[in-house]
Formats: sequence, structure tokens, C-alpha cells
Amino acid sequence: MKLTIQVNEGPYQHQSADSAYYFAKAALEKGHEIYRIFFYHDGVNNGTRLTTPPQDDRNIVARWSELAQQHDLDMVLCVAAAQRRGIVDDGEAERNGKDATNIAPGFRISGLGQLIEGGVQSDRLVVFGD
Amino acid sequence: MAEETKKFMYINRKAPYGTIYAWEALEVVLIGAAFEQDVSVAFMDDGVYQLAKGQDTSGIGMKNFSPTYAALGDFEITKIYVEKESLEERGLTLDDLQHLVWEDEDEDWAEKDSIRLVSRAELGEVLAGQDVLFNF
Repeated sequence: MKLTIQVNEGPYQHQSADSAYYFAKAALEKGHEIYRIFFYHDGVNNGTRLTTPPQDDRNIVARWSELAQQHDLDMVLCVAAAQRRGIVDDGEAERNGKDATNIAPGFRISGLGQLIEGGVQSDRLVVFGD
Repeated sequence: MAEETKKFMYINRKAPYGTIYAWEALEVVLIGAAFEQDVSVAFMDDGVYQLAKGQDTSGIGMKNFSPTYAALGDFEITKIYVEKESLEERGLTLDDLQHLVWEDEDEDWAEKDSIRLVSRAELGEVLAGQDVLFNF
């Protein structure tokens, strides 16, 4: 089955960031295809490489990056949500005159159309959030 | 890009200003309108407050985005479901909500009501008939 996953909550604050990760991992292990993972609302905070959790805790951001690398996943942060919350890649830094970037490997920033298109193209849209 | 038409429903369940869900959900609805899917929007639980008329956010320093709902008809979003029980539980009636309309091109642009008041059970049936549910 072809899936698009939407993650609406930030890491550590809310379990849905963990649940979405475990769901994605399990789906891939079962042979399903993940068309896209779209991060919205505070979910965009899953994509900052500056996160520094305590050493005895899981690193949610690094975990996403590894999964993306292993399975060549398309992980998209919503641009409007990312701008509000200060998640920046090279293009955004240049466009908005910011002096730094913080996007984590495996993530890209794009528009909400990517979420809608995921819903159109996939057999299921699975939403993780409150 | 979109080679098939799916039934998309956006479900709004939260009050308009306590969190950003309502505003960012509306942004998805507006962007999604460009994809020419069969779109419905539902308001239930505290989400019914999103449509309350006479919203004034001057005391909280946030943008009052409620006038945007009146533009949904212009985006050809004409099916807006409001759950009856959610209104009743909050002491609200349809008169407390904005009057949302759309213009029917096939009937000489006659103005028609967009809001469909449905019971919880009826809304459940509408949900069951959708292809894609966006839940906010």
C-alpha cells in the first residue's frame, strides 16, 4: 500500500512524533511504500538538526534522518509552518535574510500542496497528532 | 498531477485562537482548493467556535482570521458540515455562526447556503464516505 504520513506535533512534547516514526518504520518493514512524510504545525520541529536531547534519551531528529537515508524517503516540512517556527534551509535563509540554517539531513522545505498531493497520490493518508 | 478526483474532508475540532490548529487548517483548505478534488469541511467539538460571528481578537494580539471562512464559497468549497450536537453542547445555534454562502454557476449564480447542519450520526456517515480525512 502506498502511504502518506502527516505529523502534526513536535518531538519530545508529544508522543505522535514517536508514534509516526514507529508506524513508518513498521510499514516499511512490512513492504509498504511511503510516498511522503509531511510535517505540519509544530511537527516541523522534527526537522531541526540543532536538537540536543540528553544522551540517555532517543534522538528523534537523527532517527528520522537515518530512516530517510535508509529508505530514500521524501520528508517535507511545510514552508509556512517552518517559517513561523524558525526552521531554515539554505534557500529560506537567503530568501528571508537569515544568518543561519538548521534543517536536518533528509528533510526538505516545501509548500502545503505537497500534503494535498500526497493525499491524492496515496492509498492512505495517515495523520499523527492531537 | 491529480489524475483522479477524491473526496477530501477537512475536520476542524479545536477552538480558533487557543492553538494554531484552526488557522493552519484553514491554510491547508485554501491551498487544497487549487487541486480540484471533491472537498468538504466539517466543524465539530470546539471547532464550531471557528465559525462564530462577531469575533474580536483585539484583546489578544492575534489576527482575526474568521472573515476568511466567508471566502470559502469563492474557492468552490460549498459543503460545510456543522455538527448539531457540538453546537447544542455549547449553547449555540446556527444564528451564532457566520452565514456562509456560495454562488451556483448553473443556476445563474444563485446564492446558496454552504452550511449543512447534521447530527453526529449523520456526520459519521459523511465521514465514512470520504477518501481522505484531514483531521485538525
